[in-house]
Amino acid sequence: MMDEKLRRTMMFVPGNNPGMVKDAYIYNSDSIMFDLEDSVSIAEKDAARALIYYALTSFDYGDKELVVRVNDPATEVGIADLEAMVRAGVHVIRLPKTEKAEDVVFCEQQIERIEKEIGKEVGVTKMMAAIESAEGVLNAREIALASKRLIGIALGAEDYVTDMKTNRSPDGIELLFARSMILHAARAAGIAAIDTVYSDVNNEEGLIHEATLIKQLGFDGKSVINPRQIKPIIKIYTPTEKEIQKSLAIMEAIKEANAKGSGVIALNGKMIDKPIVLRAKRVLKLAKAAKVLE
Amino acid sequence: MKKIEVNKIPYIEEMDGIHETFTEKHAKKDIKTLIEREASQNKIVASLEEAITKCGLKDGMTISFHHHFRNGDFVINMVMDVIAKMGFKNLTLAASSLIDIHKPLIKHIKNGVIHRIETSGIRGELAEEISRGLMEVPVVFRSHGGRAYAIENGQLKVDIAFLGAPSCDPFGNANGYSRDNDKGVICGSMGYAKLDAQYAGKVIIVTDNIVPFPNIPFGIPQSDVDYIVEVDAIGDPNGIMSGATRYTKNPKELLIAETAADVIEASGRFKEGFSIQMGTGGASLATARFLREKMIAKDIKASFALGGITGQIVELHKEGLIKKILDVQSFDLDAAHSLKDNRFHQQISASYYASPNNEGTAVNQLDIVVLSALEVDIDFNVNVLTGSDGVIRGAIGGHCDTAAGASVSIIVCPLIRGRIATIVDHVNTIVTPGKTVDIVVTDQGVAVHPKRKDLQDLLTKAGIKVRTIQELRDNAKRIVGDAASIKYTDKVVGVVTYRDGSVIDLIYQVDESEEE
Repeated sequence: MMDEKLRRTMMFVPGNNPGMVKDAYIYNSDSIMFDLEDSVSIAEKDAARALIYYALTSFDYGDKELVVRVNDPATEVGIADLEAMVRAGVHVIRLPKTEKAEDVVFCEQQIERIEKEIGKEVGVTKMMAAIESAEGVLNAREIALASKRLIGIALGAEDYVTDMKTNRSPDGIELLFARSMILHAARAAGIAAIDTVYSDVNNEEGLIHEATLIKQLGFDGKSVINPRQIKPIIKIYTPTEKEIQKSLAIMEAIKEANAKGSGVIALNGKMIDKPIVLRAKRVLKLAKAAKVLE
Repeated sequence: MKKIEVNKIPYIEEMDGIHETFTEKHAKKDIKTLIEREASQNKIVASLEEAITKCGLKDGMTISFHHHFRNGDFVINMVMDVIAKMGFKNLTLAASSLIDIHKPLIKHIKNGVIHRIETSGIRGELAEEISRGLMEVPVVFRSHGGRAYAIENGQLKVDIAFLGAPSCDPFGNANGYSRDNDKGVICGSMGYAKLDAQYAGKVIIVTDNIVPFPNIPFGIPQSDVDYIVEVDAIGDPNGIMSGATRYTKNPKELLIAETAADVIEASGRFKEGFSIQMGTGGASLATARFLREKMIAKDIKASFALGGITGQIVELHKEGLIKKILDVQSFDLDAAHSLKDNRFHQQISASYYASPNNEGTAVNQLDIVVLSALEVDIDFNVNVLTGSDGVIRGAIGGHCDTAAGASVSIIVCPLIRGRIATIVDHVNTIVTPGKTVDIVVTDQGVAVHPKRKDLQDLLTKAGIKVRTIQELRDNAKRIVGDAASIKYTDKVVGVVTYRDGSVIDLIYQVDESEEE
């Protein structure tokens, strides 16, 4: 069954920036992703880990999904990250640079070991995998199915385009295959698909262009690197008034049909089947999240 | 000509200003041309020394300056150096505000040239030294409206005003720009200087740009001016103002601004023809950006914007969203150029802006003001003058004037700055009394003064979650804890006055001794 949580925006917060760590909950992102990996230099790894540990155990981040991007679990630093973050009660461990299913399995084993050691219910710590290479993209399906803990997979485009010997362009033609692969893998596994960051924070127009594209492709949402990017993306994911009214009418028709005990549901002479209901539910959920519907 | 006997006119004893009978000697005729007169019969004197001597400066007198040149000002330091060299002592310096560039005043205080200071605010090294006890007599802080009021009613009597001006004709028509003789130094409005020119005993214009008569429009009319001194430079154009104030990119300030715009929309004052002032802090300025979207969406236009004016306000004016601009101080080049070019952009004096003396004063006509704060306390008192270390680092400006005048006063500030809470139990220094503060908008919630039940209801109805100021304080406390209290000596270094001249708070010398 598809995970119900909305992940329109996942905000990157460098793990070594106390000011941003402290303020992360004031913005309207669905998920917050504290980064211990690429935004933290090797000399600061320990300090950042301690900072995020204390942040997660001290601050009230409300109903936000809390994600930590750890260092490669095959390294000492990565293991130390997992030890601390599972103890801190993080919701999701984000695995960087996932190349194959075994990467996910290894990480899961480590998480499970730690959960058992500290007496935590096995399986409460969720995972997501970032795919950032040609190898990873080709293995997307196996990666997505590698663990029940996975709530989603994400594209990391910066490393991916380098691996592909190209660079990012406004229309993203170079990412089309990777995005399609990741989406299909995610949907087949029933988990979320999160698109890559848009790095030019001062180019709102470019962000809107890209977010419109990935929403149309079918992504659940997009990673953001600046709080200023949240609002435009949420706007794109906010249903139109027409969509909302139609969805409300569909739900109403279902209610009526159920009341009458009727098996066949129709609206304006058209039959309503399961995909239509699922779409209507998602539209209403997005509308409520965007506060355009009570 | 018939002989007139003045003392035989009926009721002559009731007619003032009439004395002897006219004779030929009463009429003067001058056949020089305009250009000849400009060159020979003008108010220009050769040097500051000469102007000072002619004005009759004496020890113990009060001299005044404006701060329209901000951190690019050369005038105050230049004039004080001359005055010191001439040997004057014991003067009261009444400036509309003092900034970092005025740190050379420290030496004039030490050598006894300056005995006392009156100002709206002080920043930089001078402020730090004063907080450490540099002056024997406490500094008197007045708001822009309070200063205007004190000058108008004679409580602050200025003997000589030294007013820097980017343009002035040979007879004293001076302005913050010149329509036809721009030399690149421009400050826009001369709002604070206008008042000093009107009320000071003697007025000296200091300019680097003598332009042909008549210099119109003028901020200061020739009738207010006694002498003009031409100098090489009155200021550094880059320090006086920069191109355009940009909207902040700080996401937290943007979040606060967006919430403030929502609050304005919900306040019941967001109607066709409303009036507004926005302060110059990042968040208060950015409110304009979000308000603009709402004005367009709802087709609402403001009748006027007031205050320190920035390019953002000018943009809204050009778009037709704000009909008129009342400008006491132009904050950037865009604002200054707009004052020069736009008919409905008017410069106003500090009295017109904010004096509590006058029912029509512009702040009284405000529906909404958005203001920044260094600290707000649980009684809604606001501090904009002293920092979290107790040191003077700001200016009252028009803060308490606009808060009192506006129908709805909104304070925007982050809940926490660095590791220090902004919402506290007691502010270090009360500048604006809580009674005049209606709404506090932070990045982590909105609080409404309990007396404004009307606003509380309006905001709640619009779906804005209203919290108590105590809740905001507790939130901040939970994150950063209690700050160590600041240690002061019992020496008063500053007297903070409210707009009517009453004393609202005192600033004490910071105690830097390392006991315990």
